[in-house]
Amino acid sequence: MLNYQFDWHLILNGEYRQWLLSGLWLTLKLATVSMILSFFLGLIIAVMKMSGQRFVRAGASVYLEVVRNTPLLVQIFFWYFGSFKLLPAAWNEWLNATNEFEFIAATMALTIYTSAFIAEDIRSGVRAIPKEQTEAGFSSGLSFLQVMRWIILPQAVRMTIPPLVNQFLNLAKNSSLAMTIGVAELTYQARQIESHTLKGFEAFTAATLIYLILSLVITGLMEIYNEKILKPRGAQA
Amino acid sequence: MEFINSIFGLDFSVIRDNWLFFLVGRYPNGPMGGVALTLTLAVGSVFFSGIGGLILGLLAVSQRRWVRWPVNIIIQTFRGVPLLMVIFWFYFFLPAVFGKGFPEISTVLIALTVFTSAYMSQIVKAGIEAIPRGQWEAGVSSGLSRRQVLWQIVLPQALRHMIPSFVNQFVSLIKDTSLAFIVGVSELTHVATQVNNRTLNYPTEIFLFIAVVYFVICSAFTALSRQLEARTTSANANR
Repeated sequence: MLNYQFDWHLILNGEYRQWLLSGLWLTLKLATVSMILSFFLGLIIAVMKMSGQRFVRAGASVYLEVVRNTPLLVQIFFWYFGSFKLLPAAWNEWLNATNEFEFIAATMALTIYTSAFIAEDIRSGVRAIPKEQTEAGFSSGLSFLQVMRWIILPQAVRMTIPPLVNQFLNLAKNSSLAMTIGVAELTYQARQIESHTLKGFEAFTAATLIYLILSLVITGLMEIYNEKILKPRGAQA
Repeated sequence: MEFINSIFGLDFSVIRDNWLFFLVGRYPNGPMGGVALTLTLAVGSVFFSGIGGLILGLLAVSQRRWVRWPVNIIIQTFRGVPLLMVIFWFYFFLPAVFGKGFPEISTVLIALTVFTSAYMSQIVKAGIEAIPRGQWEAGVSSGLSRRQVLWQIVLPQALRHMIPSFVNQFVSLIKDTSLAFIVGVSELTHVATQVNNRTLNYPTEIFLFIAVVYFVICSAFTALSRQLEARTTSANANR
């Protein structure tokens, strides 16, 4: 430990810097794509969970329980190693032909995992909307889905933005698990640099700092959003 | 089972043939693994991170700025980094300090404990801050020191409210132990990949099975946490 020679120059220049940057890019890509998909999936699950139909509600409950009570890593392995037996042959062929199956499996697992948490966030947003609005919607002849689509969700989603930003940060961190199936995101690249150069401390420090800066920037942007957009609107109301 | 077999052509005999390996690993002929190790890791790190979280949480609400600030920075650092990264840090750091033979299981236990302590500290912090200021003032003005108020008035109440969150954190920990796989600790997920590498033909069955095992364990504790939460809420309503 005491004899360890730090060599920042090696990590911060040339090829290895390129590796770190491409890792960051893939981390952001994984997190962004999964965020968008899991937002819509979470929205559907949240609406199902609030539906008047018992079976629809039960389906959503089972989904939420199963997804939240199994490790993300196991879900990633399941989709990556195990999905081929459950999918039609034509799909498997197509998936193999894309040469992107690692990325697709990781995105799928991250999307499903995160959607369960987003659904709960949206539900607590909906709970904050006064019940009278739903009743008023029904009595003016709208259906359940219309009330959701035009009255409740537009307000609830606006309130859900801070927790959603949090989910994005979780996604950026959780996407590190994609390295286990060979997606070359940030943690994978740090590990890769370590095994090439044996400069583990530098590589992991660099990756750690990138994760921290990422979360600082996003938290900072959210503070600005809270101060400039949420508060003034709240004051008017 | 027959029903599932007939739809997807799944064959769960691989589970039947290896069930003991999934449960305890190579024990008693070798080191403990599988579900037993998963639970050992989770219980061990929830115990230590409970203590760590309490200490960090108390320091994070300290009156002294030079204590509060650095502690909060450390907490936020661990919360801002993926657990996998923390495991790698300790995986390379500990052997460098204590020599090459540092066991992976201890590495993972330490990484899980430090990481979870940071999250636990937030629960402790929120629990302490939820106790009305009036209680502090009442305690101090009846002649108690701040330390006495903390230990005898605030913490006993705050801890009771934190119990459901602690149980939730335990569920997260059970799920997080699966990451020990990455440094070769043979908990349930690692055992599953070993069986998968050996048998090659049954990944769907194997990962479906361990997902069910995790689900059964975790949902039991999730249910417990909900029950505790309902009890605390109704106790408050009666007050």
